[in-house]
Amino acid sequence: MRTGTAARVGQYTALFGYLVFLAFPFLWLISTALKPPRELGSLHPTWIPRDPTLDNFRQAFDEQPLLRAASNSLIAAAGAAVIAVLIAAPMAYVMARHRTLLARAAGGWVVVSQAFPFVLVIIPLFLVLKNLRLINSVPGLVMVYVVWALPFALWMLVGYVRAVPAELEEAAAVDGAGRLRTLVSVTAPLMAPGLAATALFAFVTAWNEFFFALVLLKTPEKQTLPVILTHFIGAEGVADLGPLAAAAFLATLPSLVVFAVLQRRITGGMLAGAVKN
Amino acid sequence: MRRANPVVLVLVLTLLLAGCAGGDGTDDGRVTLRFQSLAWQQESVEANKELVAEWNAAHPDVRVEYVQGSWDSVHDQLLTAFEGGEAPDIIHDASDDLADFAYGGHLADLTDLVSDRLRSDIPRRSWRTTTFGDGIYGVPFLQEPRVIIANATWLRESGVRIPTPGDPWTWAEFRQVTAELGGDGKYGVAWPLKEPVSATLNLSLSTGGQLFHRGADGKVTVRFEAADETVPRTIHDQVNTDGSASDSTLGSGGSDTLPGFFGGRYAMVPLGFSYRQQIVQQAPEGFDWQVLPAPAGADGLSQGVSPQTLSVAQDSPHKEEAAKFIDFLLRPENMVRLALGDWMLPTGTRALEDPALRTTEHDWAIGTALAGHLRSAPAQSVRGYPEWKDKVATPAFQEYYSGAIGLDELRRRLERDGNLVLARYQR
Repeated sequence: MRTGTAARVGQYTALFGYLVFLAFPFLWLISTALKPPRELGSLHPTWIPRDPTLDNFRQAFDEQPLLRAASNSLIAAAGAAVIAVLIAAPMAYVMARHRTLLARAAGGWVVVSQAFPFVLVIIPLFLVLKNLRLINSVPGLVMVYVVWALPFALWMLVGYVRAVPAELEEAAAVDGAGRLRTLVSVTAPLMAPGLAATALFAFVTAWNEFFFALVLLKTPEKQTLPVILTHFIGAEGVADLGPLAAAAFLATLPSLVVFAVLQRRITGGMLAGAVKN
Repeated sequence: MRRANPVVLVLVLTLLLAGCAGGDGTDDGRVTLRFQSLAWQQESVEANKELVAEWNAAHPDVRVEYVQGSWDSVHDQLLTAFEGGEAPDIIHDASDDLADFAYGGHLADLTDLVSDRLRSDIPRRSWRTTTFGDGIYGVPFLQEPRVIIANATWLRESGVRIPTPGDPWTWAEFRQVTAELGGDGKYGVAWPLKEPVSATLNLSLSTGGQLFHRGADGKVTVRFEAADETVPRTIHDQVNTDGSASDSTLGSGGSDTLPGFFGGRYAMVPLGFSYRQQIVQQAPEGFDWQVLPAPAGADGLSQGVSPQTLSVAQDSPHKEEAAKFIDFLLRPENMVRLALGDWMLPTGTRALEDPALRTTEHDWAIGTALAGHLRSAPAQSVRGYPEWKDKVATPAFQEYYSGAIGLDELRRRLERDGNLVLARYQR
């Protein structure tokens, strides 16, 4: 009994330590965002600001169009997440259920495509989007993010489809359900956690993406948050640290909200899947 | 049958609406120039935006659109924009970033576009930083010397001689002073050498260091000669022999050293002149600091700089209008506003005479006294320099300063490995 309690205390301590480790950058960001310039230059930094101020937030909003940039980021990231999942899900189903040579080749290509560096694709991509008149437009950026997220989304979803027992689909067919009905009523609900996780991945990737947004969006009205954040950084990496931290803190919030919303679905779906198995 | 998730529906509809709203705006018949500025400090951004607004008010037919760029990524962003034919008309950058764009045909030759007033107001040594081949590909307008920011109280109490632009420290004297100031866990100097190459090369001009030598055939070779040794050897010895320079700051950027400086750990920090703005903002109440000139060598206070520049894109259909806007932006009184906003020095001779830049407040006068000693950075027009810097020189200098390799190995790597890199660009 005593050994069990000690083990549990150890587990909780380890878990608490891990949470602190994960939360440290975020807490430090909040602390920095609330510090006046003189505290930022202190040799002995404090966890809790001695003289907290909201001036950094005020300055960040005064200097840069953060709300408009957040709105652009939200449209780009949400659009990329939804479209990537809508495209990847049927492809993943086919690749997982029909293990043909073509499906295997497609899987191999997905892995290879992950190795392409940004700089290799950016100029051809820029020219293609220019011809489509999609430079400096958020839909153009969404298109790029979808293409960029698709390989990994596909890779993830193939795994989730394989985790759904084919016997369930066969049972539905025996009960008289058609192909579409089986997919919608049996397979899709069981894949819900996978779809949510994939959407979350695509959302966070697009939300944080910087380079494509930098080169594709020309005017300030269209720029996304990661691009706007670099405006607080000068030559040789000198930064206006307080406003930068304030803006970066605000930039992390939507990701956290989306994660919080989707996380319930991921957990719920996983539990549901466990019971059925 | 499950109903469609309303959140997903809203997101899809939002995206579709955004798609319908896409586009670049309307063409009202006026000339519109896009000016991509890299200004980032609040006062500097304000100064730029105010000047754009003043121009637009006075020139209804030539509207300038202010576009915010970023120093962090300007090269990649411009490269893509040039290749895609979507570059801004007026481009703010640094002179050491222009060579590839100029040789690549992306920037307009401003030789016949720059006004006589600007041409005569900016000294020839500054024009050299933006002259590639026979053409001028940018107007240099802001620059900053590397200075030493010192804890004034510490210096005063130590009794060391305080240098001035008229009577600077020699490099040997500087080493001796830092040795006197250090001890008991404190250091005479903290060198922030995250980017060791440009700092070393630019300061080495004071001792006659050239490193890059252009032959009669126009080809450049690297030779690390006696005049190139003084600055790196001083830094190396301060860190590894005297213990008067902190070894922990060698991998740091300038801002990273400020807390230690304010906390009394280092007496001096060599920094760019514009760092005064951060010091004014962040220094504790009562902290007494002052600006000192960098040490001098056989060539006096000379040092290399890569000024901030304004260029015109070759693809711009309105080059003359763009040049006129640059001329407006760089009128002496406007150059002063931009310089004050960025805490830097203007290149223009008339702007430099402005009393606002010659005040003793925040030691502006020390900087203006150094302006005449600023030269084109040694690597300015050397093709292949960025690769040489990243692959050869940066690791070599970092290892030398940390004491991992000696001077001979540093020379061998800079010359042998460096010349192999440069040769690829000069075939």
